[in-house]
Amino acid sequence: MPTRIDPRGPRFAATLTAVVLAVVLVTGSTWLLALQGLVFAAGAFLGLQRAPYGLLYATLVRPRLGPPGELEDAAPPRFAQAVGLVFAVAGVIAFASGLTVVAYVAVAAALAAAFLNAAFGFCLGCEIYLAYRRLFPSQPNTTEVAS
Amino acid sequence: MPDVTGLVVVVAVLAAATAFGLWRRARDGRVVEARVDDALLGPDELGEPLGERATLVQFSTAFCQPCRAARATLKHVAADTDGVVHVEIDAEHHLDLVRRLNILRTPTTLVLDGDGRIVRRATGAPRLADVRAALPALRA
Repeated sequence: MPTRIDPRGPRFAATLTAVVLAVVLVTGSTWLLALQGLVFAAGAFLGLQRAPYGLLYATLVRPRLGPPGELEDAAPPRFAQAVGLVFAVAGVIAFASGLTVVAYVAVAAALAAAFLNAAFGFCLGCEIYLAYRRLFPSQPNTTEVAS
Repeated sequence: MPDVTGLVVVVAVLAAATAFGLWRRARDGRVVEARVDDALLGPDELGEPLGERATLVQFSTAFCQPCRAARATLKHVAADTDGVVHVEIDAEHHLDLVRRLNILRTPTTLVLDGDGRIVRRATGAPRLADVRAALPALRA
C-alpha cells in the first residue's frame, strides 16, 4: 500500500512555494531561492508531509479544517518536488554565474508549475514524468510487438 | 526608477499559467474521436483478452495524480456493463506502445470496440457519463 496523504497539504505547499518564487523573481534574491531549494529537497527526499510547508500545514492549517474527503498517493507530489529542486538548483547556479536571464527562466518555470498546482490542482511536475521516461527509458523495452 | 523586470515576469507567468490552466481544465478528460492510423490493439499488446463489446485501455504511471480517479471511473463502467473490460497498462514499461499510439501524458484512455479498433480517446481522467456515452453499440 503506497503512502497516502491529505491532498490539501500539497496544495497549501504549492501556494507558499508560488509566493516564495514570486518574491525571488521580484527581489532577485539568490538566498531565498536557495532556501526554497532546500524545501524542495526536503519534500523530495523526506516526503512532503515531513518538509517545512507540510509541517506548517499539519500544525497550523489542518487542525482548523475538517478531515480530508479523500486521500491521495504521496509519490506524485514528491516526484514534483524533485523536479522543482532541479529548477531551483539551476536557478541558483545561473544567478551565481551571472546568467540572470537563465535564472529568471528557471524560476519562472517553477513558479508556473507551483501556481498551476495551487490554483488548478494540476501537477505539472508529475505530468513531465512520462515525457521524461520516453526520452530516458528506465529499462530495456520488453514489449516489442510486430504489427 | 526601480527595476521592475521581476515584477513583469511574475505577472506574465501568472497570466500565462492561468490561461493554460483554464484551457486545460476545459479539455481535460474529454472523450474524443480517435485519430490513430495504426488503430488496432489485440490481446498480444494488452496482455489480456479483449472485451466482447468494448475494452477500456488506461495508460498510467507511478507518478500520476489523476490516474486513480480514472481507474475508479473505468472500473465502475466495466463492472456494470456486460462485455466491457478495463485494462490498465504501465506506460513506463510499454514505451514502444506509448510511442506508437503517441501517448504524451497519463492517464490516457483508449476505447476499443469488440475487434480491438481504437474508436475513442481521452487524455486526463474522463467523466463517467462521457465514458458510458463513448461505448460502441452492441453488435447484433
